[in-house]
Amino acid sequence: MLEIRNLSGGYGEKKIIEDVSFEVERGTVLGILGPNGSGKSTLMKLMSGVLPFENGIVSIDGKKITDFPPKELARKMAVLPQLHVHAFSHTVRETVSLGRYPHQSGWFSSWSEEDERAVVEAMELMDISHYEKTQIDQLSGGEQQRVFVAQALAQNASILLLDEPTNHLDINHQKELLDTIKKQAIEKDLTIVSIFHDINLASMYCDKLLLLDKGKVFRIGEPHEVVKEHYVETVYKTRVSNHPHPELPKPQITLLPNVKRNISMTQIRAEEFSVSAEMVLFKSSIPLKTVSSAIVNPGAGWFRNFMNRHVDAAYNIDNSLEEMKAFIEKNGLKSTDTVGMMTAVQTRHAIVKEYEGPFGTIVIAVTAGVGNGVDVSKAVERAMHVGTINTWIMVNGSLSDEAFIQAMITATEAKTKALQQEQVLDPLTGTIATGTSTDSCLVASTQQGEYLPYAGPVTEIGKLIGLGVFECTVEGIKLYREAKKA
Amino acid sequence: MSKNVLAYIVSLSLLSGAIVLGVTIGTVSISPVVLWNPASDEAAANILWNIRMPRVVLAGLVGAALAIAGAAFQGLLKNPLADPYTLGVSSGASVGAVMTLFFGISIPFLGSFTLPVMSMIGALLTMILVMGFARLVDRSMKMETVILTGIIFSSFLGSVISLMIALTGEELRQIIGWLLGSVSMRGWPYVQMALPFILVGSFVLWLNRRELNAMLFGEERAQHLGVDVKKRKWSILIGGSVLTGAAVAVSGTIGFVGLVVPHMTRLVWGSDHRHLLPLSFINGAALLIVCDLVARTIISPTELPIGVITAFIGAPVFAFIFFRQRKGGTANA
Repeated sequence: MLEIRNLSGGYGEKKIIEDVSFEVERGTVLGILGPNGSGKSTLMKLMSGVLPFENGIVSIDGKKITDFPPKELARKMAVLPQLHVHAFSHTVRETVSLGRYPHQSGWFSSWSEEDERAVVEAMELMDISHYEKTQIDQLSGGEQQRVFVAQALAQNASILLLDEPTNHLDINHQKELLDTIKKQAIEKDLTIVSIFHDINLASMYCDKLLLLDKGKVFRIGEPHEVVKEHYVETVYKTRVSNHPHPELPKPQITLLPNVKRNISMTQIRAEEFSVSAEMVLFKSSIPLKTVSSAIVNPGAGWFRNFMNRHVDAAYNIDNSLEEMKAFIEKNGLKSTDTVGMMTAVQTRHAIVKEYEGPFGTIVIAVTAGVGNGVDVSKAVERAMHVGTINTWIMVNGSLSDEAFIQAMITATEAKTKALQQEQVLDPLTGTIATGTSTDSCLVASTQQGEYLPYAGPVTEIGKLIGLGVFECTVEGIKLYREAKKA
Repeated sequence: MSKNVLAYIVSLSLLSGAIVLGVTIGTVSISPVVLWNPASDEAAANILWNIRMPRVVLAGLVGAALAIAGAAFQGLLKNPLADPYTLGVSSGASVGAVMTLFFGISIPFLGSFTLPVMSMIGALLTMILVMGFARLVDRSMKMETVILTGIIFSSFLGSVISLMIALTGEELRQIIGWLLGSVSMRGWPYVQMALPFILVGSFVLWLNRRELNAMLFGEERAQHLGVDVKKRKWSILIGGSVLTGAAVAVSGTIGFVGLVVPHMTRLVWGSDHRHLLPLSFINGAALLIVCDLVARTIISPTELPIGVITAFIGAPVFAFIFFRQRKGGTANA
């Protein structure tokens, strides 16, 4: 276990690190974060003993590092500093072999089998065995970095201090290196302390994080306790936004640039929607922030084109995604920039209406068909059918994440109310339907104009969504029924 | 056969060849047979063992000392332009020697050995001053500090030498001759005087061969790897200074050997100090023996100062190394 108590120190008179305390358990990884000049590297130097400290204690398993002779300390603790240029070059193998220095003693000490094994293993772990005989100055920055990590690993120390180990590495090697280090930490029960520039990488790979600000501990704890918008903004003095990692319970952040999107104010207008027998299509001049349950590009994202396509009721839905993408491209649009839905309903019966509120306007577009209405409270397993009520809500305003979700809830409630009003029945149960089996919903927003934090039914926008979706759905159902009769 | 074994075989063969050439070629040509059969030609054996052999051995020792010290200093200072004279020790030795000539000092009992002894005292004093001053400026003795201190002392002592040269009359030729370096007419006593210093100094450097490898990556990195940097730095600086002081005291300031031999050795055999140090030692000896041979035979019977020949050969070689290094990547040095 590595223990740091009340550590203070710096260069000359200048105190850079002040009263830093923490400990790192065996088998865990501690990440040190902080802006440039916050003292990360200085803290590392104090911990590794190359910079004498003024106050405090750094101890390994209860023994102060100042009490270790240099070689013994190097057998306990390996350090990877930031890469430096050097005047003369060694080969990769010579460089990695230097990691065995602390294990050799005496004037004529020879190279043992254990030395050889450690060097070969370290080179294999870092995937540099094939460079063995190459001079390191002929390698790229990323390859050199891996050589120095291998050198540190060859030391076979139980504590690893790493100063930005992923420096100069491409994303694949960043991941490979951190995977290896993390695996080593677990398998060999190593204690690892590493400086990170990349908050997201640190969050993914570290068990604990230490956020350093002006030489002091600002926060220390598990990633979810440290990687928070507010803390990161305070320490790094920049705007960021939190979001979850798609696969891991580790918080991530995204930078919010201060560069204004260099575009004029845009309005979504109902008359810009093109409605034909083949599709409903809206092309926006700017990307809209979108959340949807579409087929192509579902979920959240920024998109310019929105397509609701009419397909035959007998449409084979097995490879609908690929077919739909091809269809989008065939229409001269980019499938990466288009949200695509399908419906068996006649798209020429689509209802597109604009509603005005105090904050601005919204446009609602609905295609409704109630051929297979479902009472969700009595839903049983049914066969998949092509969606029949597709609802789009396009907002001229700036929505929060909550507002996106609330807009969807409000729209769904309004749709259900419309079905009730129109007495749409679930053909199986005979009760009033709440929707159809494959309804889709889409909320898109310009993210310009007034900021709308909420979109529940009592907010101005919520009221408009409720009214608009209800009216459009009712009208859509009526048109559908008239068409059926005819 | 491994590369390292080959390196030693080639280097030792070159050295043996240089020694044989050095003792057999001259105003009187001697058959190499005399080397192992002195009885075959008594007069020749006399010249060979009493005049040429001490000269060749001294040239070899001086060349070896300067080359190994140069290799160690270049590694320690992480600077390809470093040489044994970087620290100013040689300037101290020169001041001691030039003072002896300028003031015509002759210490009783020492007689003709006054000059080398004074020179060694000069070297020793300068070493203590340079290290002491560097330590005063920066307790951690960063190598940049040591280099700068060395340059300051070199320049100052250089001006002292220039002053003495400017004021001198009669002894000018003698002083310049000494400064350019020579191993002629020294005999075995000089060999005996330099040998212990050179052996001890070289051994101290060789003990630090692995540490020098680590220190190539910087003092901090070396410390991470478990090197007792402070202790090692001192022992390398002192070891190298002892070698330099001894070499300069017996032969004057012979330039370029300490700079060029380590570079050539690195270029051919790699920069691992475990082999670079001994190989530089052997190659330095061979080179200086050859240079001395050229110096005394090229416009025979006039002898050129050996420093002229080393610089004459050394400068173009150095230019070549410099060129290759700048031209991109393939050079190891």
